[in-house]
Amino acid sequence: MAAPVKAKVDGAAGAVQNLTIGKAINLALRSAMEADDKVIILGEDVGKLGGVFRITDGLQKDFGEQRVLDTPLAESGIIGTAVGLAVRGFRPVCEIQFEGFIFPGFDQIVSQVAKLHYRTQGRVKVPIVIRVPFGGGIGAVEHHSESPESLFAHVAGLKVVSCSNAVDAYWMTRQAIESDDPVLLFEPKRLYHSGNLRAEVDTTATPDPLHVSRVVRPGDAATLVAYGPSVKVCLDAATAAQEEGTSLEVIDLRTLSPLDLDPVFESVRRTGRLIAVSEAPSESSLTSEIAMRVQQECFYSLEAPVLRVTGFDTPYPPAKLEEDYLPDLDRVLHTVDRSLAW
Amino acid sequence: MSSPEQWTHPEPGAGPAATAAEPTPEQVIAGLRATTEGGAELTQLLTPEGERVASAQFDPYVSDVDDEALRNLYRDMVLVRRADRESNAMQRQGQLGIWVPLLGQEAAQIGSGRALRPSDMAFPSYREHGVAWTRGVDFRELIGIFRCSDHGGWDFKHHGFHPYTIVIGNQVLNATGYAMGQKFEGKVGDDNGEATIVYFGDGATSQGDVHEGFVWSAVYDAPVVFFCQNNQWAISEPTERQSRLPLYQRARGYGFPGIRVDGNDVLACLAVTRWALDECRHGNGPVLIEAFTYRMDAHTTTDDPTRYRLSDELEEWKLKDPIERVRAHLARGGGADQEFFEKIDAEADSFAAELRDFVFNMPDPPPERIFANVYAEPSPVLEAQRREYLSYLEGFAGSEH
Ligand SMILES: Cc1ncc(C[n+]2csc(CCOP(=O)(O)OP(=O)(O)O)c2C)c(N)n1
Repeated sequence: MAAPVKAKVDGAAGAVQNLTIGKAINLALRSAMEADDKVIILGEDVGKLGGVFRITDGLQKDFGEQRVLDTPLAESGIIGTAVGLAVRGFRPVCEIQFEGFIFPGFDQIVSQVAKLHYRTQGRVKVPIVIRVPFGGGIGAVEHHSESPESLFAHVAGLKVVSCSNAVDAYWMTRQAIESDDPVLLFEPKRLYHSGNLRAEVDTTATPDPLHVSRVVRPGDAATLVAYGPSVKVCLDAATAAQEEGTSLEVIDLRTLSPLDLDPVFESVRRTGRLIAVSEAPSESSLTSEIAMRVQQECFYSLEAPVLRVTGFDTPYPPAKLEEDYLPDLDRVLHTVDRSLAW
Repeated sequence: MSSPEQWTHPEPGAGPAATAAEPTPEQVIAGLRATTEGGAELTQLLTPEGERVASAQFDPYVSDVDDEALRNLYRDMVLVRRADRESNAMQRQGQLGIWVPLLGQEAAQIGSGRALRPSDMAFPSYREHGVAWTRGVDFRELIGIFRCSDHGGWDFKHHGFHPYTIVIGNQVLNATGYAMGQKFEGKVGDDNGEATIVYFGDGATSQGDVHEGFVWSAVYDAPVVFFCQNNQWAISEPTERQSRLPLYQRARGYGFPGIRVDGNDVLACLAVTRWALDECRHGNGPVLIEAFTYRMDAHTTTDDPTRYRLSDELEEWKLKDPIERVRAHLARGGGADQEFFEKIDAEADSFAAELRDFVFNMPDPPPERIFANVYAEPSPVLEAQRREYLSYLEGFAGSEH
């Protein structure tokens, strides 16, 4: 695994703030911009409006229009020019408005962002961050609720991460910006402003490295692995299961590429059971990869096949049906039961 | 192909600029130029005060529009506006997930939509509820998209109205391909020729797909009218964030005519679109129309325009209301009396009430819908997922789930 990225620690001592995920990302962008004037933000409506989710709120006002660019409405343009800016020495942070609109920029991501360092034998670095609000559950129309992260995890040369809480939201953003490699940060949009997920963010702390996964709830009957918005679903499921005496371990993957599965292997060797949870369709996805690697590493420890709770292999349905489509507590518990009954 | 000499816009740099004086950087950022008059090149047949302006080039295209036809256009706009306002209100009441308002853009949509013939094809983006109306798709057929219970269910072939497109610019290439098909099948060349029209916003003109559509349509002489509704804003970004040049002038660079029409003038929109479609029907290739208009409401019901828009700009555009000018014209010339206006208002009231009723009673789709029509041919994998999920739901039968 790549050496963990060391995040610079903020000067201010004891800077602890109680933040939502959205506010934590905003603060991280602000501190990164203060720390390095080469950090610039590019995106649609990121200026006066502060982005459609208000994640860049106030930044243009304080850093000016040359550091927070309201770009023309073109994703290939946003990412393609970020490549040129990065080559010139900037550290662009691109905001994609909704994950369903990343595809006009897909060509630039796959053809240039991911491959420049390799093609130039390391002469050109591509320190670009691409922030992607993703996932469903906000009652939106088409193209506003998808989970395309597996498509990017499949592309060599990209780092792909996803946060599920405010502390990670802050630090992952900072660490992604400090990384000399391109990082796609998949942000759980339905949790941006969730008051329940407010947390104390200590901006002077030493964070976990960007590319490790983490046990967020210990348990011994079965292991749940998830990332982004599904982590909360799994934690809620574990709480519910506990009431019935079943202790579930929950692992927040955090890093989708490179995958850090060591904690998952370690856990499965104890519990003997794994359920992978993700909103994305299941075929040829991250959960497929997890299942394959776990059966390879933990074959003799498994008491049941690795099971999955995912979106279906269909386009994202009309939002009136998203409760059926999205993995929820009931579907997770039902699958835990199936695993335990094996 | 028509020759560049016949194109209706001036050479770049020739004569008075088509827009107001060069804006200061502050004005550009504030979007202040949005409030200019649209420039010397703006085609207009009805002033905001409802005066008829003569046009040697375009009058022939509306010579058949008598008082009755004008009353019909007025009716279209009033009904569509009322349905739009009702939908906006229903979103506020939680009956719709989101609404995309068309307030202020009625003339651009009704004028251009009424220029089409049944054999023509229209490719909308997501705000073209007025065009939908002219194609016989009424609000009941498209409101499911905004109630989030379907992705759009109308029969697009029957209506000559493609499904809505949310990804900015995608539909421009799709329309170009469709128009190429019309041409390859020999459906252009005389008065009976077919044509395609595609709708997109000023923001969309920055997308690669739109540029590629311009290139392809020019290269293959595709009978497609590019109808850009420049409503001055792409969410929070003013047109100046997308272009240094008035948008209609871009067409020249691709090798076809571009024209700017007063998008709040239904008569001018009708005339200019008929002219452009006529060019296409006769095999003269693509035309770009920039309908210069204004988005009077938020981008969508999730948007907050007070963060970026100036209120004096809104006030100025109120004076150019597309419905009021037709009303003034009809009233002044005796084309309609008070009784007519009251009748239309009453019709709009009951239209809105029916729509409301329809939405409030709209059933949710069944879970099976998730798995339907993913492929044209059966997929064993999906069939298995469907069966498994439905039997899982069965397990809850009788419980409170
Ligand atoms: C490819 C893509 N990027 C971003 C978006 C999000 N988005 C939806 S509408 C919009 C602004 C569109 O402005 P414009 O093209 O001028 O059309 P208008 O809505 O003003 O009619 C944006 C950025 C999208 N739908 N598709």
